[in-house]
Amino acid sequence: MSATSSGMTPAPAPVRRPFPVRTTVLVGVVVLLLALVPWTFGAFTVATFTRALVFAVLAMSVNLLTGVAGMPTLGQAAYFGVGAYTGALVAIHWSDLGVLQLVLATLAGVVAALVTGPLAIRGRGVAFLMITLAIGEIGFSAAGRLDSVTGGTDGLSGIPPVVAVPGTEGLVNEGLIYYYVLVVAVVAYLAVAMLLRSPFGLTLRGLRDNEGRLRAVGYRTDSYALAAYVYAGGLAALAGSLWASSQRFVAPGDLGFEVSALALLAVIVGGVGSMWGACLGALVVVFTQDYLGQLFSGHAPLLLGLLFVLAVYLLPKGIAGGRSQWRRLFPRERSQEDDEAVTPV
Amino acid sequence: MTSATPALRVEGLSRHFGSLKAVDEVSFEVAPGSRHAVIGPNGAGKSTLFALVAGALPATSGSVWLHGDDVTLLTEHGRARRGLVRTFQHSSLFLTATARENVLLALQRRHGVQARPWGAVRRRRALLEEADAVLERLFLHHRAGQAAGALSHGERRQLEVAVALATSPSVLLLDEPAAGMSPADTQAFREIVLGLPSKVTVLLVEHDLDLVFGVADRVTVMQLGRHLLTGDPDEVRASDAVQKAYLGAEDTSELFVDEEGA
Repeated sequence: MSATSSGMTPAPAPVRRPFPVRTTVLVGVVVLLLALVPWTFGAFTVATFTRALVFAVLAMSVNLLTGVAGMPTLGQAAYFGVGAYTGALVAIHWSDLGVLQLVLATLAGVVAALVTGPLAIRGRGVAFLMITLAIGEIGFSAAGRLDSVTGGTDGLSGIPPVVAVPGTEGLVNEGLIYYYVLVVAVVAYLAVAMLLRSPFGLTLRGLRDNEGRLRAVGYRTDSYALAAYVYAGGLAALAGSLWASSQRFVAPGDLGFEVSALALLAVIVGGVGSMWGACLGALVVVFTQDYLGQLFSGHAPLLLGLLFVLAVYLLPKGIAGGRSQWRRLFPRERSQEDDEAVTPV
Repeated sequence: MTSATPALRVEGLSRHFGSLKAVDEVSFEVAPGSRHAVIGPNGAGKSTLFALVAGALPATSGSVWLHGDDVTLLTEHGRARRGLVRTFQHSSLFLTATARENVLLALQRRHGVQARPWGAVRRRRALLEEADAVLERLFLHHRAGQAAGALSHGERRQLEVAVALATSPSVLLLDEPAAGMSPADTQAFREIVLGLPSKVTVLLVEHDLDLVFGVADRVTVMQLGRHLLTGDPDEVRASDAVQKAYLGAEDTSELFVDEEGA
């Protein structure tokens, strides 16, 4: 037992941690590379990157529930839709200022999640998944039927170009729209990263790992499940507002079941629980669908299905799921683990 | 003992599953600071009684009192907030979190910051130091950075107690803490129970009678859902009724041997 063997073990890990230089540099490099996209690629590719970034924010929302809090969801497209329509309506009827659209859309998503959340969190696991699926479908049909608000199946068009900085012109240039989306996506990423490191982030991981134990140390666990749902709803709505600003058109198809399913696919491909994995997964999914799909003349669904099968077989833990599975795919001559394994005891 | 308000009082507590009376009109008191054990043969209703006291299971009738307050209608987390905190028979931990984070989850709730969405946990110096102090008390400080899932069975049992202890309980409920432990681990665990702060009242449900008689100052014996006897360890050991309950006969030769396997 450890009580007697503690003398042989290394000293306890130091409590103080240095500033995470490596992570900061890595995030900086990635952002820099993303910033170079409009200078490197043509308009079509830049537009695809824009969609991928919006989708990455939605994937982070799905991952917050599915990967971090352990509540797999298929209904986030509904809150994405709430954000998209709210952003579009604010832009059309009130103000073309981006910040205002983003804030109001996020608030609308938060309210929608607060109202519907208590219903959803009554179940966990598959039950939760089914309830969120129903919520997603309700959102989809509501968008198609509320003609006076959403424009019905025709959708909402005529969204004015978004104004990023007050007093300047609206953004019509594909590259500028991309930068607008990139800045908001990076801010969202940093906010989520902060959330995950916070006490609340630890609470959510506890909820995923062992809800019963969390209750036994005094947590009213339903409250935290609802809180996770509300945060995720707000984040999905933020993505929706970005969608409205970048596409300047919103229709019920933007919040169909497929959107939720693809967001979940992005999370699985990227690595459940990892935020950068979810973002990368979103990039992979969008490019598979929009780019490769065109090369192979409209076989995007087939390619996505193939991608899913490949991901589950080759990288069951996703792109961000640790080095061991990559090493298994691309074995080097002798890895460190092999060395340890053959050392005679 | 009757002068002070008991830390825990169980009165006429019953739980029926259909016609089965798993716990039937059980009453006893646990004095503040006591190390109180509940024993009984298999099927005596120990585990059900434990769940009723912890609030994991609603009682059919009867009441549970914590420091003179009726907590019968409180939920499990409500009782935990009042200081009545349990451990689990089968280690119930946050397996992907480190040992330190397991303890932090209990600590941050006690400090009321569990819903705060800003400020990194690992930069909260006071919380971390407190977590490490709790781990050190349970001889786990050298494993603080390891995932709970990577700990040995014995270490998980220790962490199980650490998580409960981090909530600063006034009454600690230990559910068969020695289950599945080797004799050496059990021996070490005995030291841990003996080393718990004296202001913490401990109610222990346990199969291992060596552990029970090594740590307990009061023992309650249950049989077939009913309360049989509460007394000092010596009284219980000498009781004919207890020996009959365990063996159904006068022969006592096997009483303190291999109780776990049954």
